[in-house]
Amino acid sequence: MTALNTKANINGPDEFYADLLSVHEGLTKEQSDALNARLILLMANHIGDREVLSQALRAAALKD
Amino acid sequence: MSKIFEVPLYPYQRCADQDQATPVRHKVVVVGAGPVGLALAIDLAMQDVPVVVIDENDKVSWGSRAICFAKRPLEILDRLGCGDPMVDKGVVWNLGKVYFDERQVFGFNLLPEEGHKRPAFINLQQYYMEQYLVDRVRQLQAEGKPIELRGGNKVVEVTQDDERAELTISTPDGPYRVQADFAIACDGAASPIRTMMGLDFVGRVFEDNFLIADVVMEAKFPTERWFWFDPPFNRGQSALLHKQPDNVWRIDFQLGWDIDRAEELKPENIDRRLKAMLGDDISYELEWSSIYTFQCRRMDKFHQGRVIFAGDAAHQVSPFGARGANSGLQDTDNLAWKLKLVIDGKAPVTLLDSYDAERVHGADENILNSSRSTDFITPKSEISRIFRDAVLDLSERYEATRPMVNSGRLSVPCTYDGSPLNGDDCALMPARTRPGSPMVDAPVPGGWLLDRTGFGFQLMTIDENAPEALDVDGIEVKRLALTTPGDADGYLKQRYLGDANSAVYLVRPDQHVAARWDHYDEAAVKAALLKAIGR
Ligand SMILES: Cc1cc2nc3c(=O)[nH]c(=O)nc-3n(C[C@H](O)[C@H](O)[C@H](O)COP(=O)(O)OP(=O)(O)OC[C@H]3O[C@@H](n4cnc5c(N)ncnc54)[C@H](O)[C@@H]3O)c2cc1C
Repeated sequence: MTALNTKANINGPDEFYADLLSVHEGLTKEQSDALNARLILLMANHIGDREVLSQALRAAALKD
Repeated sequence: MSKIFEVPLYPYQRCADQDQATPVRHKVVVVGAGPVGLALAIDLAMQDVPVVVIDENDKVSWGSRAICFAKRPLEILDRLGCGDPMVDKGVVWNLGKVYFDERQVFGFNLLPEEGHKRPAFINLQQYYMEQYLVDRVRQLQAEGKPIELRGGNKVVEVTQDDERAELTISTPDGPYRVQADFAIACDGAASPIRTMMGLDFVGRVFEDNFLIADVVMEAKFPTERWFWFDPPFNRGQSALLHKQPDNVWRIDFQLGWDIDRAEELKPENIDRRLKAMLGDDISYELEWSSIYTFQCRRMDKFHQGRVIFAGDAAHQVSPFGARGANSGLQDTDNLAWKLKLVIDGKAPVTLLDSYDAERVHGADENILNSSRSTDFITPKSEISRIFRDAVLDLSERYEATRPMVNSGRLSVPCTYDGSPLNGDDCALMPARTRPGSPMVDAPVPGGWLLDRTGFGFQLMTIDENAPEALDVDGIEVKRLALTTPGDADGYLKQRYLGDANSAVYLVRPDQHVAARWDHYDEAAVKAALLKAIGR
């Protein structure tokens, strides 16, 4: 069984964080919400593994 | 010319029961001559179980209503001798398109699997289906089968004890009473029998209205299912276009909750909507229009002693996914052979509890699927709309999210996992034909596998020896012998053998798998058969 990786895994955390903010620049709240939703769906599809996704959903809900 | 649904098909006629001082006792009385009641009665009569069908009306369904019939119900109708007229008249379709706002997001092909007698779906007006079922009743009557159809008979009271149900029926000549070993309530979503018995019908109400306009027009649109989310001609709502035979097109507009029904149904308002959708220059004739709301709900138990519920009377779903009539036919498929065995004294009356277990499971599956479709089509919260729109926007560019687009998950057959009737399984064999599953069709020498099964229990052997017939406590099990040299395209291997070299399948009268092994073992087959009849 694959487990959700909750250890730091991104090479260049500051750069990624800046990229994340910059795609939202100039967007209205509504446009940002839509972008976030698209981003979640694309990343979820990339992960694919339902077990990992369930763990991510629980972790994001601060349930574990 | 009057429309087919305006012509009385089985007008009221006085019958002998009405002249008796004491109520006449019947084996089975079916209340309701909709698709479900008629299919059940045909199934019983073909097995020589005497059956009387009672309906307050005398015509086929008013307007088209159900239009989309899936492969499994077509296979059931084949067993009942009604599959050919349905498929000959029906429109076969495989392609669909999904639109969002002004753009086509993507198209899909249902890509039907090869090696089946019947297509994945056909579109056919419900009134044609009912007409073919009534034709079949007439044909069975001509053959001397014990089936009667009484129009203009309305059930107004139901009572029961441990041995019988008693119905009071009102007619133009006044009321009369009948008794039955079993009364089967196929009296539709508003089931008066359910109400008379004070039984709950709980579930989820969806606050939405849909306008159906079935129009006759010479249109150049291809035979495809087109679904719009939030189109310019119906802002914030959805719409559907789908073809039926005779140049009839089903057009379905979502309207929302706060609407003026009378206003929406005015022909000039329907005309305005149709022109906004299809262009000002269309010419059409309105065949039928209606506004419907829906609920997803079911009865707690379908088997209530001597009264048993089937079809919409027992469960109701949204039309998205074409699961109403399709699942009702699976109810009757499940119930008829069990009633036959119980009435013949070959199975305990508790076998009927398995109808409850299996079909409640089927209803829950349908309710779950159609509730999910509804939540996608009509998002219930802001965040749910955000995700829905995100799925649609991405789907225009990427394949990734297309499987999430849900404009109705079309009816697929139900597998009775966990059923008390299921027997041994063999791990080497494919999951899709595990115990509880409906058999998967395949070409066999001289025809189709499913045409060679049904009604009785059968032992299907593939490259394995077994007796030609077995008698297990008065129940006959006939062998159906198949071999892989006769399986040129490898369908039997793919669908039934998997990694096994030979197979023995015990098949129920409703073409569901009861148990399976990779070799013949008489004791195991007998035990599985007794389990499958609730003994
Ligand atoms: C707009 C729409 C679209 C649909 N599309 C699809 C689809 O594409 N595919 C699909 O599978 N399903 C579809 N359905 C659902 C389908 O129409 C129903 O599931 C189906 O008609 C149920 O059949 P039934 O025999 O259980 O009930 P009904 O067809 O409602 O028949 C009940 C019968 O009982 C009789 N009756 C009632 N009360 C009494 C009484 N007291 N005494 C005597 N008789 C009585 C009535 O006269 C009627 O003939 C759709 C429904 C709607 C409204």
